[in-house]
Amino acid sequence: MTTHVIQRSTAETTLMRQFELGKLSSSPRRADAFGRFTQRGLPTRRVESWHYTDLRAAMRDAAPLAPAPNSGAIEGAHKILGDRKRIAAWRIVLVDGRLIAELCDQLPPGVSFSREEPTPVDVDDPMVALNEAMSVEAHVLTVADDARIEGPIEVTHIATAKDACSLYSRVAILLGVGASAAFIESYLGAGPDVQRNSSTILTLAEGARAKHVVLVEDDAELHVESQIGQLAAGAELNAFALVAGGALTRRQLFYKLIGREAKVILGGLTLLDGARRADTTLQVVHAAEAGTSREYYRAIVDDEAVGTFQGKVIVENTAQKTDGAMKAQAILLSPRAQMNVKPELEIFADDVVCGHGATVGSLDPEQLFYMMARSLERDEAESMLLEAFGEEAIGRIEDDVLAKALREPFRAWLARERATRVGKGEIVPRESAS
Amino acid sequence: MMKTAGPMLEIKKLNVSIHGAPILEELNLTVRAGEVAAIMGPNGSGKSTLAYVIAGKPDYDIVSGEIRFDGENLLELEPSERAQMGAFLAFQYPVEIPGVATMTFLKAALNAQRRSRGEADLTTPDFMRRVREASQTLKIDQEMLRRPLNVGFSGGEKKRLEILQMELLRPRLCVLDETDSGLDIDALKVVSDGVNALRDPDRAFLVITHYQRLLEHIRPDVVHVMAKGRIVASGGPELALELERNGYRHYAEAAA
Repeated sequence: MTTHVIQRSTAETTLMRQFELGKLSSSPRRADAFGRFTQRGLPTRRVESWHYTDLRAAMRDAAPLAPAPNSGAIEGAHKILGDRKRIAAWRIVLVDGRLIAELCDQLPPGVSFSREEPTPVDVDDPMVALNEAMSVEAHVLTVADDARIEGPIEVTHIATAKDACSLYSRVAILLGVGASAAFIESYLGAGPDVQRNSSTILTLAEGARAKHVVLVEDDAELHVESQIGQLAAGAELNAFALVAGGALTRRQLFYKLIGREAKVILGGLTLLDGARRADTTLQVVHAAEAGTSREYYRAIVDDEAVGTFQGKVIVENTAQKTDGAMKAQAILLSPRAQMNVKPELEIFADDVVCGHGATVGSLDPEQLFYMMARSLERDEAESMLLEAFGEEAIGRIEDDVLAKALREPFRAWLARERATRVGKGEIVPRESAS
Repeated sequence: MMKTAGPMLEIKKLNVSIHGAPILEELNLTVRAGEVAAIMGPNGSGKSTLAYVIAGKPDYDIVSGEIRFDGENLLELEPSERAQMGAFLAFQYPVEIPGVATMTFLKAALNAQRRSRGEADLTTPDFMRRVREASQTLKIDQEMLRRPLNVGFSGGEKKRLEILQMELLRPRLCVLDETDSGLDIDALKVVSDGVNALRDPDRAFLVITHYQRLLEHIRPDVVHVMAKGRIVASGGPELALELERNGYRHYAEAAA
């Protein structure tokens, strides 16, 4: 390895100081993870998987680590929960990265929850390593073999700090052989000075079935979320994410199908306005025979916002009979809105069916005209078309409760979007189209 | 609503082009309340352009001229405002809208029109009753109305749905753009019966067609012949029969 003087960015220097001064550095495992982070540093556009999100440039500094929540913070979290319609049957609440037992429900039989030291994952990414090093707490949610849990379990990540702070959280979800359950992870409360780095590790044993939904509804300065999944033979996972807030959101998914006939369905709906940016980058590795993967991502991008979707499906030579399909679609509502789409297939087996497609465009003028010719005002016609576009994505989760959980923030975003478009004069219902 | 005396639809010296190519040239046309006017003409004569321009499709350049509906200049209005005033275009090719259930769309259209008149939204039972009644006469089953708008509908289903919308919205000016295309005899009968049921002294129809066949079912009061972007002849129903026998060639030459 060549040695040269590494120019550390301000944020990297701050992160090193935070790690060394904190108590975390005494753990050899964390020290190892932090070493993996510093070796790479904050990702730049030279790293292919981070090409569209230059985090090193975007992160001027690392915000101070969030303190453990005091009674005021817990009270604040309580209020955030109270203002929100309850979706899930059972709820686990993390406040500023820490589990707050008094806000959590008793979990159903067959599900256990414990706090453990973070265990490394087989993913080579600096932000995943940083999360492993810095998460004060790591939690494991286990669904016992053959347990079938009706109704979703929600893990709510609440940010309460008013000032700039950084939050780390790490949750592992383990489904035993033949187990089935549904999960919601919601991110709430973060204001524009919050930097978040969250990891979720999903491990499905043979024949396990899970649905997993992520809701990003708050307005963090930075939301970096890694989802790392592994599916054994015959396991099936349907995971979906709705991104409705946040100045810079990076969701990165790393999935591996290690047993035959495993199936993973990944979907998402990203809603962008203003100068916001959101990047979804995923990798699915088919390492065993007869696996199925579906990726289905949609985005609505307005103003000067920038969306990114990068999807890479790798079919190893051991994964004959793989069936893969990836699709990314975006609607741009403004001439300055941008969407980067990069689907990739790397296939090392010869007997596979894999495909991908991508479309980026504006709302269809023929559809708008048809609807307006039947009396609908332009903004109402646009809203209906956008709602239909998002609903089609949401429908893929194939679960009424989870779809409802996704639909509410989606509709709220659409209503806000419609109001600002009318307010900005982009929609002038009483003037002729010139 | 105050109605101005005079024709319901009056088009004067209308010149329309697309990408610089003229399509309608100095077109004049008058349609009176209660009238069923047919417009016949060869392919490329500008019939569909006329229909789209009345409804307000944005792809066209209106070079000069005017279109007045009840005295109001339609060219200054958005398509939605024209529709709210009571103008309706039954599309030759109804547009598919995935993800929007037909019922949801029908309700949105009806309520948009009601709101423009300052009326309250329809209650769901009232809306359902209206749709049920109208769909029975047009032989539209309820299952079709739950599907996304026009998606996967046959040609006949799409045209029947256009007439259903016309029936629900009860426009005063109905423009039918080649509603007979893609219809078999039975569907043509159903659709024509639907149109005939709406004939009314306060309502006018502009029936655009290539063939005389439709006019056997929807009897016109007036027939206009269109060629090369203008009306070249007008007369009674006998004109349609003459066209059926002799074709458009004579008129196309006259317009040149």
